[in-house]
Amino acid sequence: MFPSSFDYVRASSVAEAISILANEEDAKLLAGGHSLLPLMKLRLASPSKLVDIGRISELSYIEDRGEYVAVGALTRHRDLEVSAVLGSSVPMLSHVASLVGDPSVRHRGTIGGSVAHGDGASDLPAAVLALDATMVAQGPNGTREIPASEFFLGFLETALEEGEILTEIKVPKIHGGWSYQKFNRRAQDWAIVGVAAVRNGSTKVSLVNMGSMPLRALATEAAMNSGASISDAAALAAEGIDPPADLNASADYRRHLASVLVKRALEEASSS
Amino acid sequence: MTVTEPKTSGGVIGTRMLRKEDPSLLTGESKFSDDLVIPGALYIALLRATVAHARIVSIDTSAAKSSAGVVAVYTYDDLKDDWAGPMPCAWPVTADMKNPAHFPLANGKVNYVGDGVAVVVANSKTAAIDAIEAIEVEYEELTPVLDLEDSVSDSTVIHQDLATNSSYLWELIPNKDAVDEAFSNAVHTVEERYIQQRLIPAAMEPRSLVVVPAPFGGDFTVYTSTQIPHILKVMLALTLGISETKIRVIAPSVGGGFGSKLNVYAEEVLALAIARKLRKPIRWTEERTENALATIHGRGQVQDIELAADANGKITAVRVNILADMGAYLQLVTPGVPLLGAFLYHGVYDIPNYSFSCTGVFTNKTPTDAYRGAGRPEATYAIERAVDALARKMGVSAIELRRRNFIPKEAFPYPSAAGLTFDSGDYAANLDKALSILDIEPILAEKQARIDAGSTKVLGVGLSFFVEMCGLAPSRVLASLNYGAGGWEAATVRILPTSKVQVVTGTAPHGQGHETSWSMIVADKLGISPDDIEVLHSDTAIAPYGMDTYGSRSLSVGGSAIHLATEKVLDKARAIAAHQLEVSADDLEYSNGTFAVKGSPEKAYPLAAAAFEAFTAHNLPDGMEPNLEASVTWDPPNFTFPYGSHFAVVEVDTETGKVELVRYLAVDDCGNRINPLIIEGQIHGGLVQGIAQALYEEASYDAAGNLLTSTLADYLVPSATEFPFFELDHTVTPSPTNPLGVKGIGEAGAIASPPAIINAIIDALSHLGVSHIDMPASPQRVWETINNAGK
Repeated sequence: MFPSSFDYVRASSVAEAISILANEEDAKLLAGGHSLLPLMKLRLASPSKLVDIGRISELSYIEDRGEYVAVGALTRHRDLEVSAVLGSSVPMLSHVASLVGDPSVRHRGTIGGSVAHGDGASDLPAAVLALDATMVAQGPNGTREIPASEFFLGFLETALEEGEILTEIKVPKIHGGWSYQKFNRRAQDWAIVGVAAVRNGSTKVSLVNMGSMPLRALATEAAMNSGASISDAAALAAEGIDPPADLNASADYRRHLASVLVKRALEEASSS
Repeated sequence: MTVTEPKTSGGVIGTRMLRKEDPSLLTGESKFSDDLVIPGALYIALLRATVAHARIVSIDTSAAKSSAGVVAVYTYDDLKDDWAGPMPCAWPVTADMKNPAHFPLANGKVNYVGDGVAVVVANSKTAAIDAIEAIEVEYEELTPVLDLEDSVSDSTVIHQDLATNSSYLWELIPNKDAVDEAFSNAVHTVEERYIQQRLIPAAMEPRSLVVVPAPFGGDFTVYTSTQIPHILKVMLALTLGISETKIRVIAPSVGGGFGSKLNVYAEEVLALAIARKLRKPIRWTEERTENALATIHGRGQVQDIELAADANGKITAVRVNILADMGAYLQLVTPGVPLLGAFLYHGVYDIPNYSFSCTGVFTNKTPTDAYRGAGRPEATYAIERAVDALARKMGVSAIELRRRNFIPKEAFPYPSAAGLTFDSGDYAANLDKALSILDIEPILAEKQARIDAGSTKVLGVGLSFFVEMCGLAPSRVLASLNYGAGGWEAATVRILPTSKVQVVTGTAPHGQGHETSWSMIVADKLGISPDDIEVLHSDTAIAPYGMDTYGSRSLSVGGSAIHLATEKVLDKARAIAAHQLEVSADDLEYSNGTFAVKGSPEKAYPLAAAAFEAFTAHNLPDGMEPNLEASVTWDPPNFTFPYGSHFAVVEVDTETGKVELVRYLAVDDCGNRINPLIIEGQIHGGLVQGIAQALYEEASYDAAGNLLTSTLADYLVPSATEFPFFELDHTVTPSPTNPLGVKGIGEAGAIASPPAIINAIIDALSHLGVSHIDMPASPQRVWETINNAGK
């Protein structure tokens, strides 16, 4: 529960952080610290240097930009939870943020940290996937945009390249229904299985903790978008998916939960 | 002794006084062991076994020794002459009990994941931990013994010198023929097997210690997060061959124990040995993962229980066979834990024929020992589930069946078939009160309505009517159980010259609020403010005598000693007052801090004056010693037997298997009530731990013997979010066994609640054919149980 020793530097701007990252092979960004520090305490991660970007205030904002809401990467979960802009335009994001961890996690953790960590068991990555958000990254070569559908690549692996920093998340406004179903044993825990469903024209459904990264329930989406009943579509929730097994759930139980929760999510999303 | 109500004069007892401890705890002023600033201290860290069962082929410490900041690295061979004997087990439950030699570091073989292999001494905590990673150990792995029935078969023997994995067989069978006859004459029988999963006590403050040697005097001050400073002092002296006069044990603020700090641990022995060797202060604070691996676990039993009943459901016999998991070694009271439940498998029922046996077996897992309730939760779970099973089999209500079998209130003091004398009780009245609060009919109607409507959210109601034995313990009874210590408690009450009061107690609080409750007992008797009373404890130099805090003993034993010492000191003050007023002591009455002559209230003499008179000693009665102080060491004549009705109402989601606790009602009878606020806090904490056993917690191991739940992300200690508001009420049946009439409440919630929850879940699912589920009733387990019930 004690990390290996490491150097620490606090960056005061995105540009400074990018330049430090470029010059240090084994540096890691530190934002809220709620994904990285636990790994370091277990000595599963031992970066040589932490570049603390947690106080770069220019990256903490929630702005209405017409068709979408722009969320700065260092916006804390608690700010998402209580945002009036999100409350009226993307209420699902506020709701999902309110279910992350416990109050101390929500007051420290950031949306950018959570999304860039790309944990398949976390709530926010799956939420941005179902919301069809766009990630904005800055690096030594400038700024680029990455759609959520292309952002998550594998176990704790994203499309961010070495030296790039996730700076903003553009979240399309929700005009239809939505639902987030988080199933766990203790409120503070990661989901055993979670489901995000958004009916924004078409239907998008993403799954939490059903694989090594946040996943789309593609078979369910296809069925819904071709007019299948909710029950029939939900039965396909885990099709083509090989979920993990752990102390809380076998793979079979996870598949079963995915179907139950997708059905509940679609019903709720269709009734709102 | 037949006192039924505490003799109160001050009106303090029974009030909801805020805890005196809390302001300093809440502001961080209270110091825990790890907070202590000790200049020049060295840090130790342990390399722990990463395999469950293996011979140590070699240990290479050379790289660690040259690691930055390292002072020394020791293995068993380096320290084997530094202790006088193995780690102590104070409860050899039978004359032929097998007890493997257990040393602070492994001697050639490791027996569980977490077993200490080497210790690093360094000048910082991080240097010590970094150096641990540089130690190379080569193991020759052996087959791990993990399952209790596997262990008892001796197919692999863990401790070869013992030639068996069975530590002991302990039996309580007063009349075997009568039990057999009851079963052969029975109209109804049930035969059930229950699993008591292993639990991790997970106190909020991990274990922590600092040993400070006096460089020239050879004395040691041991600051340690323990429940048992007094017992620890004796055990450290014996284990290390240090004179008891040279060891002072201080338990600073201690952040919870739940039995896990009722022990003598390897790190305490190691730190003292190394402090003696290096003549430097040595400190260590456990990491959370070490807490899961190397602090004792609780429970760990396979329970077979049978009931025999006549046509009316009157239970005529109970027969119980237990396999109890000792873990790899016997810690301080490991083998005795099942025995604390051995007398209670008939529960609150008048069952004339009794048979109990327990086999303690070794496994390649963390040693077990006392955990909140220690033996009594296991017994309560078995009898309360078996009675429900009998009710289902007979088709009668579980409530009605219990009523038919209650020990009637006229039968107290009740001699049980297991050989105890239950002190007092009125079980039917307690159940009546609980039922009047519960209002069960609308719940049952709603339950049926949901079944009829095909709802996937079904309701269930579960009852647990528990009794426990606490107030450990009459020393002679402990002797008959081969326990290696007494059960008395010591107290001194000292009225200082300015009439402020010092209370010295041998109890060792670690969250129970003794400073508050003990002040209240004395304040009530003396008619002064609790704020004028200071309670001194948990330092063997200040409170030299004590048996410490565990087993819901502190109030009924320690509180009684304080009550009696207060009476004694008041008698001395009365003699001084009588002398000053030139009257007979019998002519004085005492209230609100003043003695007055009966019938002549103007002739009065305040306690404060007596205190000052005792100090100056200018005019004391002939032969009286100066100073106003009295000491009492009290050995209780019997245990106390708290009881109560606990009802759980659960909603089970039959699609996901998730159990939601909708209501929880506890109507406890802990005898007279000193501070209801503290009582309720104890019940809340106990309930949370008991319900956690039923729904959340289990120390899980993989097939190789690795603990899978070694972090608090994996070991599911629930939080307040998971619970409804607990509904609490009470009845009061004073105990006739102590002068306060109190019974104990620290463990009640953990003892009562697991069967209430499981009985409620089975009730919710019985229409689907479910009649059994093990703990913890996780969503997956409930889902699988529902699926399998249909088949």
